[in-house]
Amino acid sequence: MEVTTLLFLSSGLFLGWSLGANDAANVFGTAVGSRMIKFASAALICSVFVVLGATISGAGAAHTLGELGGVNAIAGSFMAAFSAAVTVMWMTRLGLPVSTSQAIVGAIIGWNLFSGSATDLGVLAKIVGTWVLAPVLGGVFGALLYPLTKKVLAASKLHLLRVDAYTRLGLILAGAFGAYALGANNIANVMGVFVHSSPFTDFSVGDLFTISSVQQLFLLGAIAISVGVYTYSKNVMLTVGRGLVPLSPVAAWVVVVAQSVVLFLFASVSLEHFLASNGLPTIPLVPVSSSQAVVGAVIGIGLLQGRRNIRWSVLGNISLGWLATPLISALVCFVALFFLQNVFNQQVFSEVQYKVTGPVIDKLAQRGYATASVRSLEGQAFTSEMNLMEELAKHTDLSYQERYEMAELAKMSPVRIDPAKFEEIRKSEMLTQEQLAALETLAGRSFDYPWMLADALGDQDPAWKFRTANTVNKMYNKELRTKLDLVLNTFGRP
Amino acid sequence: MNKKFAFSLFGATKFLEHQVDEFLDLLSESNILYRAGITYYLDNGGSGNDAFRQKLQQVDDIESRADDLRRRIEIELYEQSLIPESRADMLSLLEDLDYVINVFEQNLYAYSVENPEFPPELHRELKQLAEQSALAVESTVIAARSYLRDVAAVRDHIHKVRLYEHEADQFALSLKTRIFASDLGLAQKAHLREFVDKVEQVSNEAEDVADWLAIYTIKRVA
Repeated sequence: MEVTTLLFLSSGLFLGWSLGANDAANVFGTAVGSRMIKFASAALICSVFVVLGATISGAGAAHTLGELGGVNAIAGSFMAAFSAAVTVMWMTRLGLPVSTSQAIVGAIIGWNLFSGSATDLGVLAKIVGTWVLAPVLGGVFGALLYPLTKKVLAASKLHLLRVDAYTRLGLILAGAFGAYALGANNIANVMGVFVHSSPFTDFSVGDLFTISSVQQLFLLGAIAISVGVYTYSKNVMLTVGRGLVPLSPVAAWVVVVAQSVVLFLFASVSLEHFLASNGLPTIPLVPVSSSQAVVGAVIGIGLLQGRRNIRWSVLGNISLGWLATPLISALVCFVALFFLQNVFNQQVFSEVQYKVTGPVIDKLAQRGYATASVRSLEGQAFTSEMNLMEELAKHTDLSYQERYEMAELAKMSPVRIDPAKFEEIRKSEMLTQEQLAALETLAGRSFDYPWMLADALGDQDPAWKFRTANTVNKMYNKELRTKLDLVLNTFGRP
Repeated sequence: MNKKFAFSLFGATKFLEHQVDEFLDLLSESNILYRAGITYYLDNGGSGNDAFRQKLQQVDDIESRADDLRRRIEIELYEQSLIPESRADMLSLLEDLDYVINVFEQNLYAYSVENPEFPPELHRELKQLAEQSALAVESTVIAARSYLRDVAAVRDHIHKVRLYEHEADQFALSLKTRIFASDLGLAQKAHLREFVDKVEQVSNEAEDVADWLAIYTIKRVA
């Protein structure tokens, strides 16, 4: 393993540490804040389940390789992860629960600005949406579930001590599930970008089970998350569990449940897929993040108990923290990339060519765009996506999102299907036999654009064809996209 | 298999619940014994009779057991960090209830040592005072049990405690008026007044516990 890779891996571990220090509060904040579970116990349970979640469920083929995947140079990835980690660490120092994903997306936007890449407006809308929708939904579910839970408890006439025991068990179970999900969902953000340069090799324990190199990498990331939980998460836990509203143990449990219900109903692609496949109406997916949902649920219960209980100044600080997280992360990333490039002489992004060629225009026409005005740009090449977008704006009257889609099509990413690399693909065990066979028929061929490769593969075998974009096919297409990214990353020519 | 698992999972909680119930049982028992002690004292001509001595001994035993039990419950609650939100209230409640048992014991000892001589015409009213006090304590025990299992019912029992305490007040006032209107010497009048106050004190203590219970209940319902 190269020393530089090891150095770059350190920023992933730093990000893992920050994530553990901040996001553990979403899972155990109310339990620790209401003094139902001691911090040491919460940290232990959280760590064990984060590690299990990351290594068992985090390495599945269907998972995306992390949001940092868009950054195309390892020094850039290093800095994006580093900027996000610094931002989250700063917010954690202030005791504020923030979204690590938003810090990462902020850093990517910083990288986009630095490298002249365009930013998908959908991503920005998602962040802003999370600030509003997640707390509102969390609040509504918290305010609905709390009185309901109290009614059920009152009717059951359980002994005070028994309620205490059940609540404690409920908090431990909810916390353990939450920590498992935290590990499974976030490990890709922490370590995903290093999957291709994993320094580990597979090893088997007898005939019982095999631990893949990716799982070992994820284990390392999960340990970093656990260290974050142990060393630095108490502050944020106390803000969530005690700082905003003094919570009773039952309220603490309701907060965790309300958060999980909101995430399950409004952010679960699996649930949407299940409902759609069975012909049932789906619940619209909205951007929600657990940090925001937890704070919303706490406030929902606080409002129910009387507004005087809520410490508005703390809420104000948390809201400012949400606004600041992506902004600071983007700014830190932008400035740091400048230094990394100009002072340390590191390549922080790979130069990407954007070329409007005949096939690109034909592809646009296929997608139903009016291409007459785009023809004037045929044959022109651009060194940055923003330049192409500006030119498109001059010559066409398309919206930002439409121009963005066109620019993405014109993005050149030369790929040569080198038979020597088939073994690497096979080892990843992500492709089916049919998909592998189709790929092998393309041996030796080259493609200028990613979509060209996708089309060629689709022509070879239906297993490579994207299905009509609808709710039922969403998961299938997402999985296929991940596989295609794997092929592009493996065969891409620098 | 499942039953065994459930047992081990909540076994400690059940045991503690049982201890708290047992503590309240002890208070209830000592209440009955105390009242019986007063009755024997009045009916059998002072503290020299065996029936009274037996009740005194029983209340004394219960007081020691209750003290021991209360300490164990308190240690358990703290050591296991149970009911963080209501722990302080629960401890105060146990201490206050334990104090009522102490009052039973102290009063019977005072009767035993000082042998106050109540004229027979005051006996009926003194027994009625003792009965109202005992009813106040019994309602307090039920209110405390409700606080643990059925918070909504606490209010009803607290209401009864207040009613019995008020009745006890009336009897005590009437008794003291009759004592001081009598031909007894001033020293004896003062002596009897003190013992009327002692019997009445039990209902006052019960009411104090009920007042705190009302607050603890509001905290739990909120």
